[in-house]
Amino acid sequence: MSTLPLVALVGNPNAGKSALFNALTGARQKVGNYPGVTVERHSGRFALDDGRPIELVDLPGAYSLDPSSPDERVTRDVVTGAQSGERRPDALVVVVDAANLDNHLRFTLQLVALGLPVVVALNMFDLAERDGLTLDPQALARELGVPVVPTVAVRRRGLDELRHALTGLIDGEIPAPAPSEVQEDIAALQRRARALSVVATVHETPVRRWTHLLDSVALHPVIGVALLLGVLFIMFQMVFWAGAAPADAIADGFDRISGLIKDVMPDSILRSLLTDGVIAGVGAVVKFLPQILIMFFFILLLEASGYMVRAAFLMDRLMAGVGLSGRAFIPLLSSFACAVPGIMSTRTIEDEKDRLTTILIAPLMTCSARLPVYTLVIGALIPNTRVLPFVGLQGLVMLGLYIMGVLGAFVVALILRRTVTKGASSGFMMEMPKYQLPSLRDLAIGLWSRAEIFLKRAGTTIAFTTIVLWALLSFPQVPKDSPVSQVNYSVAGRIANAIEPAFRPIGFNRDIVLALIPAMAAREVSVAALGTVYAIDNAGPDDETQVSQAIAGKWSLATALAFLMWFVFAPQCISTIAVTRRETNGWKWPLFMIGYLFAAAYIMTGITYWLAVAAGL
Amino acid sequence: MLASVPSLESLPLRRHATIAAIAWDRLTAPEARRLREFGFDEGVGVEVLHRATLGRGPIACRIGRMTVALRRAVAATITVSLG
Repeated sequence: MSTLPLVALVGNPNAGKSALFNALTGARQKVGNYPGVTVERHSGRFALDDGRPIELVDLPGAYSLDPSSPDERVTRDVVTGAQSGERRPDALVVVVDAANLDNHLRFTLQLVALGLPVVVALNMFDLAERDGLTLDPQALARELGVPVVPTVAVRRRGLDELRHALTGLIDGEIPAPAPSEVQEDIAALQRRARALSVVATVHETPVRRWTHLLDSVALHPVIGVALLLGVLFIMFQMVFWAGAAPADAIADGFDRISGLIKDVMPDSILRSLLTDGVIAGVGAVVKFLPQILIMFFFILLLEASGYMVRAAFLMDRLMAGVGLSGRAFIPLLSSFACAVPGIMSTRTIEDEKDRLTTILIAPLMTCSARLPVYTLVIGALIPNTRVLPFVGLQGLVMLGLYIMGVLGAFVVALILRRTVTKGASSGFMMEMPKYQLPSLRDLAIGLWSRAEIFLKRAGTTIAFTTIVLWALLSFPQVPKDSPVSQVNYSVAGRIANAIEPAFRPIGFNRDIVLALIPAMAAREVSVAALGTVYAIDNAGPDDETQVSQAIAGKWSLATALAFLMWFVFAPQCISTIAVTRRETNGWKWPLFMIGYLFAAAYIMTGITYWLAVAAGL
Repeated sequence: MLASVPSLESLPLRRHATIAAIAWDRLTAPEARRLREFGFDEGVGVEVLHRATLGRGPIACRIGRMTVALRRAVAATITVSLG
């Protein structure tokens, strides 16, 4: 099966490669990883003219064969046959933006010189025409010595012609270009590319009127910023409002499965493992899927439409202030839904140190798992008084916690960039693609593949860690007639007893410490854990009011504020740590992350507690 | 007429200019490579389209048929001639 002919899609960023890949392979695609690097490998199948299957890989976009990021290195290594774990392709489809020939042809010239069979897809041909360009594909084909096919990937045009040309290449009917030395002098290549583009262009009028018109709004110093804030506001409204109902439905579904198992199975360790361990743990993660999908939908939409680079442009100055670039804005923004997809999306940051800094501060963005905890504690202990008309104290505290996270992240970034991730800032240099109406099909495919990755990565880690935590809470089993509760008798209870003195100075009693242990799996689990600690039987979603009453009676306001501050900073989510390990290829940085977050949490919680006590709260 | 040689950083919006020189030695190697890959070179036409908000944010300029965002420090290494 592995002997299917391999065809690679290769080209500049913004040439519409992924759209062409989606158009050719449809839903028959796989997302994997190249060995040893955090670069995704997108592959799929499609059929030649006569139905023979072909394996197609979508290589990361690159500007030349001289790589400046891990992604671009993979592209170079695959086309030169040097990538481990990948065969050298039997043919290349070089995707170029028809409206940007003089830039994209430069990389094409390098690729043609490799001597592999090549077909050039002159993509986004319709947009080039709309842009006032009349092109002559035949003239370009003559000059390059390879077939050239006009395509419009998002409208699925030119696909049959492309397939036909590929069939000819694979069968050897269309000869491969003669290999020649790959020109590395970019300036010289650029001159040749410009000359080629002149030959291929029949007629040309001034460029990209629509994009410029939209940009004068989107990049406007005042209107542009207001627009960005509006977009972000709508996005978060949708994530938290539209995501809430399906999240509850999923949680109910998992509860129902637990209930069914409890009905049919006698009480045993195995039943407890299934219901309290596996189902509760996996449910706690899957519950976030609707919100994460909505978040991803917006991010994909903003990326595909070309707006995301504009957002990075507007935010660059702010990010530069803490030693990052505008590119870090997007991953940090996704981290407000969940740090796991946020950290996964740092792959677009070229500079390793920029990327590492962004990964390390991502957990400080207030993710949606903190919300149930904040809501519960604020509801229980912060009085619901109005500070101003329409502004309640509870809402202000909530906003304060969000701001605390962002400020904390900025301070940490500043410190990291001067210490462990020291180095010249990589700067901010980005191509600003033209605006495009995204195709729903591409959005759906992107959404599906990201959901799959999230469920696989978060799901497997969570299933494993919840079993470990379940074991900590369930063993050793309490003797039948003992007055001590299971939680207190368990390993977790004993750990809590042992470490409680360390937390006493920052205002945490043993009950809180005990609730923090299961919160390691997923933050919002601590709500249920508090219920268990306060001996509320079967603490489920309906019992939140009981938990709320219990803590309202038992905690001082100082303790509550300290508890909230702990949740702003503490390293609590094992999925985040696991994804950090994957993305940084080792344990060094996740351990560093745990260490610094823990120290920051301890110090900030302590300061909060002491100040609150001094203020008489 | 050319009192001082303007750089891309100080070029007025929408004013067509030609790149006269690029101080490659003031750029890091990755920056220089990226600039070349975007098509920046002596003798190429360029214009500034947008400047970002709040003081010294990045600029967006047209080079060939592309729009490219650059920080001002990089734009300052690119001297242009008007006309």
